[in-house]
Amino acid sequence: MKEVFTRSKALTEAPFHYCPGCTHGIIHRLVAEKIEEMDLLGKAIGVTPVGCAGFCQQYFNIDMQGAAHGRAPAVATGIKRALPDKFVFTYQGDGDLASIGIAEIMHAAARGENITAIFVNNAIYGMTGGQMAPTTLPGQKTSTSPFGREASLAGFPLDMPRIMAQIEGAAYVASVSVDSPKNVIQAKRAIGQAFECQLAGRGFSFVSILSTCPTNWGLSPVKSLEWLREKMMQQFALGILKDVSAK
Amino acid sequence: MAPGSSTINRKRVVALKKYLLKGNEAIAEAAIKAGCRLFFGYPITPSTEIIEYMAKHLPAVDGSFVQAESEVSAINMCYGAAGAGVRVMTASSSPGMSLMQEGLSYIAANELPVVLVNIVRAGPGLGGLGPSQADYFQATKGGGHGDYRLIVLAPNSVQELVDLTRDAFDLADMHRNPVLLIADGILGQMMEPVVFKELEAPSLPDKTWATTGAEGRPRNIITSYALQNEIGEANCLRWEAKYKNIAATEQRWEQYMIDDADYVVVAYGTTARIAKAAVQQARQEGIKVGLLRPVTLWPFPVKAFAALGGKVKGYLTVELSAGQMIEDVRLAINCAVPVHLCNRQGGMVPSPEEVLARFKEVFPNSVEGGV
Ligand SMILES: Cc1ncc(C[n+]2csc(CCOP(=O)(O)OP(=O)(O)O)c2C)c(N)n1
Ligand code: SF4
Repeated sequence: MKEVFTRSKALTEAPFHYCPGCTHGIIHRLVAEKIEEMDLLGKAIGVTPVGCAGFCQQYFNIDMQGAAHGRAPAVATGIKRALPDKFVFTYQGDGDLASIGIAEIMHAAARGENITAIFVNNAIYGMTGGQMAPTTLPGQKTSTSPFGREASLAGFPLDMPRIMAQIEGAAYVASVSVDSPKNVIQAKRAIGQAFECQLAGRGFSFVSILSTCPTNWGLSPVKSLEWLREKMMQQFALGILKDVSAK
Repeated sequence: MAPGSSTINRKRVVALKKYLLKGNEAIAEAAIKAGCRLFFGYPITPSTEIIEYMAKHLPAVDGSFVQAESEVSAINMCYGAAGAGVRVMTASSSPGMSLMQEGLSYIAANELPVVLVNIVRAGPGLGGLGPSQADYFQATKGGGHGDYRLIVLAPNSVQELVDLTRDAFDLADMHRNPVLLIADGILGQMMEPVVFKELEAPSLPDKTWATTGAEGRPRNIITSYALQNEIGEANCLRWEAKYKNIAATEQRWEQYMIDDADYVVVAYGTTARIAKAAVQQARQEGIKVGLLRPVTLWPFPVKAFAALGGKVKGYLTVELSAGQMIEDVRLAINCAVPVHLCNRQGGMVPSPEEVLARFKEVFPNSVEGGV
């Protein structure tokens, strides 16, 4: 019988703990498939965030270090400076990367640190039970914006890929989504291009991926995908925002 | 050689040329000679010469220097680099050390060998640039969250800055534990002649746990995340056993004129130099007083106090704080005899005369014919 689907060698056999309909799992798979396809299993070192993906060292079948909340880009910098020939990436949520870790990610990019950041934006703090994130949409209800995010009190969402694209040291910046088969393919391509960027020594690479949090959005998995398309994509436009190799 | 013990036992092979070096530069050069190849730091007076020296000299040995965006980031870079198995150091001064406490807790939890330097300045808050020992509690009692210990080394001369920097790297690798070298602006800025002794390297365990890419071996994971309480407790028990072993094997101190002493002055670092001069003056006046200088602040050299037995009638600690080490002295002797404090704060330093006057004030019976 022809095998049409199999687990990537870059994933362990541990079952994901993510909620039903959460797209962290799809994103793990895409990252793992690229690690395997690009023959990086033996040379990859991943850095985990604090957040729902804080246990991803159980899933990625490679060497991993767990960072404090938001510090993954600094940890990755230390690893890459120690082992410049190895492949180093971070996997971070929006609270981790865009709030508590905003300095670490911006300066890793500013230094042109030759690492890759995978940024999972679900517009909310998943792990701690659905509080407002820096990426929470205007009007979006969360447990700490119970009346909806109001600009006069809580400001506006940060569009991280657009911010990162402004930084000279960032060599590759993409904004993608995993809400449809077409977008999943595009997301995987972007992850591959970001990895390629690091392997070619071109500098910092950043892939922002719009993701769902059905549990804390209070929506079914299907409705969550609709909400992502209708609301999040309006705020965070998709596209390859920067690719120095394309010049 | 100071008494006490260490698992780092060295045979001197040959003494090299003398250099006249500033304390901070001596630390940096000693680190490079000890094989430190990565340095992450953020400028702060009075420790900045260390990061400047590293920026200038690491490239020549194929090392890497990063001026981090903050001390928060610098310590996390150290965490990554140490996890990758390379000798790494950072240096800062009190306000910067406060920012490093989060990362230090993770480094301690993951048992990673990182060497840190704190050139302590007066606090709390932004404070002043003058010498201080007010970070003693932070250094020896944990500092960050959770139950952990740093090995804390307290040199009192530029030569000792060099020797203990070297030892710091070996101790860190030996015990898989962060090591903190603590000094102040006087030691950091002072110029003294030093030699870089050529020493046999101790045999150290291989870093089989490092995250270097899993090629040809099972993968390595470095994480302190333990949501299951049973796993959490097992981790804590492992750390506790390690700290007990370090406490039993790594206490170091120096003693001076202590054999016949009725009274003992206890001081480390800069104040130990001042206290030594005060002890010399007291001896000229016929007062039987000696000096005990802790070289390791953690583990605190309780063995030195135990060895003095019941002979000593009282202790005086000399500290640049409101009295921090004094608590460890009282614990070390079980409050058996009076322990008094001679201190200056906020960047001020006592003179030997002040120390002697304070000594006579609290121990009037120590003086011939005193009441
Ligand atoms: C220093 C610190 N502050 C707060 C927390 C609590 N905390 C854990 S996860 C998290 C938010 C994670 O949200 P996000 O990065 O968006 O990831 P998600 O869980 O949504 O994937 C917070 C605030 C922590 N672990 N450490
Ligand atoms: S809480 Fe949200 S982000 Fe976390 S696993 Fe569940 S759905 Fe995913």
